Amino acid sequence: MATLITHSPILIIAIPLVTAFLTPLIGMANRKVRDALVIVSLAFVVVLVFALARDVVINGIRVYTLGATSPDLTIPTGFMVPVRIILEVDGMSIFMGIIWSIVSLAAAIFSLSHIASETGQNRFYTLLLLMVAGGFGMMFTGDLFNLFVFLEIASISGAALIAFRIKFADTQEGGFKYIVISAIASLMVLFAIGLLYAQYNLLNIGAIAQVIQYTTLDKIALALLLIAFTMKAGMVPLHLWFPDAYSVAPASITGMLVITSHACMYAAFRVCFTLYGSMLDAPVAGWILIVFGLLSMFIGVTMAVFQKDVMRFMSYHAISQLGYMWVGVGVGLAVLGNAEFIAAYGRDAMSGGIFHILNHAMYKPLLFFTGGALFHCTGTRDLTKMGGLAHKMKWTTILYIIGTLSISGIPPLNGFSSKILIYESVYQFHPILTITGIITSILTLASFTKAFHSAFMGAELPEYKEVKEVPRSMVIAMVILAAGIVFITLFPSLVVDWTIHPAADALIDQEAYITAVMGAIP
Amino acid sequence: MEYIPLNFPFLAAALLAGISFYIIIFRKNLIKLIMGVGMMSSGVNLFLVALGYRAGGNVPIYTDVPEGPMVLSVPQALTLTSIVINVAVLALMLSMVINVYRHTGSLDSEKSRKMKG
Repeated sequence: MATLITHSPILIIAIPLVTAFLTPLIGMANRKVRDALVIVSLAFVVVLVFALARDVVINGIRVYTLGATSPDLTIPTGFMVPVRIILEVDGMSIFMGIIWSIVSLAAAIFSLSHIASETGQNRFYTLLLLMVAGGFGMMFTGDLFNLFVFLEIASISGAALIAFRIKFADTQEGGFKYIVISAIASLMVLFAIGLLYAQYNLLNIGAIAQVIQYTTLDKIALALLLIAFTMKAGMVPLHLWFPDAYSVAPASITGMLVITSHACMYAAFRVCFTLYGSMLDAPVAGWILIVFGLLSMFIGVTMAVFQKDVMRFMSYHAISQLGYMWVGVGVGLAVLGNAEFIAAYGRDAMSGGIFHILNHAMYKPLLFFTGGALFHCTGTRDLTKMGGLAHKMKWTTILYIIGTLSISGIPPLNGFSSKILIYESVYQFHPILTITGIITSILTLASFTKAFHSAFMGAELPEYKEVKEVPRSMVIAMVILAAGIVFITLFPSLVVDWTIHPAADALIDQEAYITAVMGAIP
Repeated sequence: MEYIPLNFPFLAAALLAGISFYIIIFRKNLIKLIMGVGMMSSGVNLFLVALGYRAGGNVPIYTDVPEGPMVLSVPQALTLTSIVINVAVLALMLSMVINVYRHTGSLDSEKSRKMKG
């Protein structure tokens, strides 16, 4: 068991990667075996992630040096700096890992029947597992160039999955937009990595953080990295591609794409807090995140109110919800370096933002899955053409209600507990943030109620006489996520103590991240 | 090679990146857009290779090193990886454009657009 945990950082990335290339081979022989293999490998990854999470919370940061004689030998004998690729798992990384493992398992289960009528399913699962590996790599890596590579793996497979249903014209357009944005973003990241490498001859995040000077070139690199990651995370004003790409993908993939947005958000936080950290002009960077976060919240929700396409409507809500996290963590960043403010409200604001990532990662894929279930049964994504589906699809209706109440922050559901944490703490920073947050929340509830009314309520429509409840695997996938929501609702303090606070502390404590790679500073 | 001013490769990289940005933002033809992305990756790759270049340096392939400075090998490794990734990205983009053309019969990004708002 101890050996397994020692090697789990690389196993969590390697298992989906190996399975990705096994699935086409096994899929040629037998479909059932292939499906079982995909589910079992992802379930095993969930187990590994939870074991690693427990270990990280108890024993602190875990590093894994690839190719070294022992995994904790970060700096080879005779060298002053790390030269090997290092995976570094701290509270924040493993927090993202938990989310990604659960959502990818649910998405794989959902896919079993959601894409059952499509051709080329073997390739679908290969791409899905590659995307899982890419996402885990982004979250766990401690190396900038490695971050770029995994970002590309996740984006390329993501774009191919968006365009997977080639019989529709809009999927091709959405996939094309996504790959163009991803290519530009990752080239910007690569350029920034080049700028940093030119000055410090280092690629390891911890090693650069130790020697970074915040010169003009560093500022350019910071700007490039932030623009690239916020663009990929879908922050206003770089959000225009976001609903186009997310609304046309198969619903299971849309659920996963939301988490890749979170992974890019995580990368932006990692750059701000860990790479630049104490050298950063924190109030300026914090305010930039806050202002654009507020814009995302408000513009996202106002655009969502008049959408007719159910998936598009939810995509705009995703932009709006991402705004809460930018604001929460942005407030923490703005007061970084001031221990008094951090203790007073900074840490709470960051915990709120990070908690909201977890909640959003449960209810938004759930809502996207219900949207996919509606599309599966009715063959349309247009809300105006639906109606009276509550009579036929009882499970979907109940799960949609859970998701709606949670996203609107209705007490006592989990969306409320993270939003109240954000509202209370950012109010002390600036009251306008809380006011915008509450207005956004009200508009969210209003638009989701409207969508609920037009899709589920009313008399049965004659054209949907034949509609049945969605297949069992789709219900199971949705129930997994709903169970996550219920669990967080029932035990918020348990979740906060075990995952959220370690994550927030990991971001604040730059020193620990550096020490884990470079050894104690003499 | 000492005839080339040291800043020249960096200027060329910046120029490539600038032109490609212009192409990506203002050109309507999807194939031209893809060419823009390809040019941008060339610009970034040129920048990376130029970073590691040392005037009169040795090629970093010897185990028994001759006298003199050696060209940095890490940026070249990064560039190779980046080239491989970009080939995959460009191939995927082109295949999607083929499908866009099949569905809409146009490569103009204004005409083949279905989604607005």
